[in-house]
Amino acid sequence: MRKWYIKLLLSAGPMIGALATAIGVWYAVTYLVLGEDRRFMLPPPHEVIKTSLLDPAHLDPMLDALALSVRVAVVGLVIAVVLGIAQAVVMVQTTWLERALYPYAVILQTVPILALVPLLGIWFGYGFSSRVVVCVIISLFPMISNTLFGLQSPTAAAHDLFTLNKATRWQRLVKLQLPAAVPAIFGGLRISAGLSVIGAIVGDTFFRQGLVGIGGLLDIYTARLQTEDLFTAIGLASLFGVAFFSVFATLDRIIVGRWYGAIHR
Amino acid sequence: MSKTLVMEGVSKTFATGTVALTGVELVVASGDFVSVVGPSGCGKSTLLRLAAGLERATDGRIEVEAESTSYVFQEPTLLEWRSALSNVELVGELRGLPKAERRQRAREAFDLVGLTGFEKQFPRQLSGGMRMRVSIARSLVAEPQLALFDEPFGALDEITRLRMQTELQRLFQLKSFAGLFITHSIPEAVYLSNRVLVMSGRPGRIVADFNVPWAYPRSPELRYEPEFTALTGAVSAALEGDHP
Repeated sequence: MRKWYIKLLLSAGPMIGALATAIGVWYAVTYLVLGEDRRFMLPPPHEVIKTSLLDPAHLDPMLDALALSVRVAVVGLVIAVVLGIAQAVVMVQTTWLERALYPYAVILQTVPILALVPLLGIWFGYGFSSRVVVCVIISLFPMISNTLFGLQSPTAAAHDLFTLNKATRWQRLVKLQLPAAVPAIFGGLRISAGLSVIGAIVGDTFFRQGLVGIGGLLDIYTARLQTEDLFTAIGLASLFGVAFFSVFATLDRIIVGRWYGAIHR
Repeated sequence: MSKTLVMEGVSKTFATGTVALTGVELVVASGDFVSVVGPSGCGKSTLLRLAAGLERATDGRIEVEAESTSYVFQEPTLLEWRSALSNVELVGELRGLPKAERRQRAREAFDLVGLTGFEKQFPRQLSGGMRMRVSIARSLVAEPQLALFDEPFGALDEITRLRMQTELQRLFQLKSFAGLFITHSIPEAVYLSNRVLVMSGRPGRIVADFNVPWAYPRSPELRYEPEFTALTGAVSAALEGDHP
């Protein structure tokens, strides 16, 4: 009985220690560095908790906004996954298709979102759709590149095996390339999940029509100097990112582990 | 004896300009088990790929009289996400056999190579020798008249290798396919085959053809007989003779 909580303490201990130190530093800066008139820049943690986190009048709008951002991120991620896998499957069919399409995938990845904002606004409006589009643009590339890498991973001998048994293009895709790509696809999904959260928050801040997302709230709190709420909103947004990432990291571990039969060991 | 594989004046030059083979003459009759030995990079594997139809000859004539040809690669080349038995079933799936038939064929081949009990294991959980057994079982599912082997035992340890040679010999007798076996081991070639061909260095051509007289099944002890050693010596000399 003693063993498990010692183990837990040993594994979580350093993390808790770091948190305690950070809070200590936070208090020190608030009370020792900042004067009374500038304390709004870094309100003490208990103020953040009291006036923001524990007050439903402040917290509820944040949770609503967060729910909206989660929806943007999920919809954006689903679209990015479908588009990314589809594009990789198309590209792997012939080298000239890969050569024709891959540069544009790279360009899409490097183009500054800010430059696209006016255009996206004209095309998709300034609400939900444009936020999703931003989210897709930001999270698409890892899906394409990882899936492509996975589809190209089977050895020449494995391809020969399929050729010798007169496999159709479809059989080669479904029985060789896609299954071989599964670990890489999940790796891409993990990265894209993290990016889709960023995309949702960035999309929120650019496109402000309709319901406000957590990104929009961050802007509002900054404008009104509601720093307590700003801190809570940042915390929630970060938590959302971590949670989203963890879900896919766990999924990755479970499914990819099972994929190669490691679970039977 | 009908001829299962005939090569006449076969040459292969790759797009890069590398001349892999020149004027290869080769006949594998049904019931033959022919090994090809030669220095590394002499085009042995290219010869096999030509026979399988994976490459096209630049020149010459290749004729294959077999409804079904199998191919065993240097590496076991198993699909890592499929269990051992499911890997063997793959060939039937690709060839569009009805489910019941491909199950049954896979089952038989699986048991035949001594894998019974390892059905659900994944390739990563198997030893090198066991993985190669799965690979051989998979090749048997095609019920080949011509079986091609590209140095299948090259990566195995010596003990496993000798055991696999005995196993392969048993399968050859049981299934009576014609075999073409590439190896860089002279004793392996002599022990397994009724004919051993020696290839020259690149560009490869066949420079010697040895008959191996002993009837099958051959006991593992044959390897220590003076006649066996004499023959491996002669093959070795032919191989050396190519590099004065």
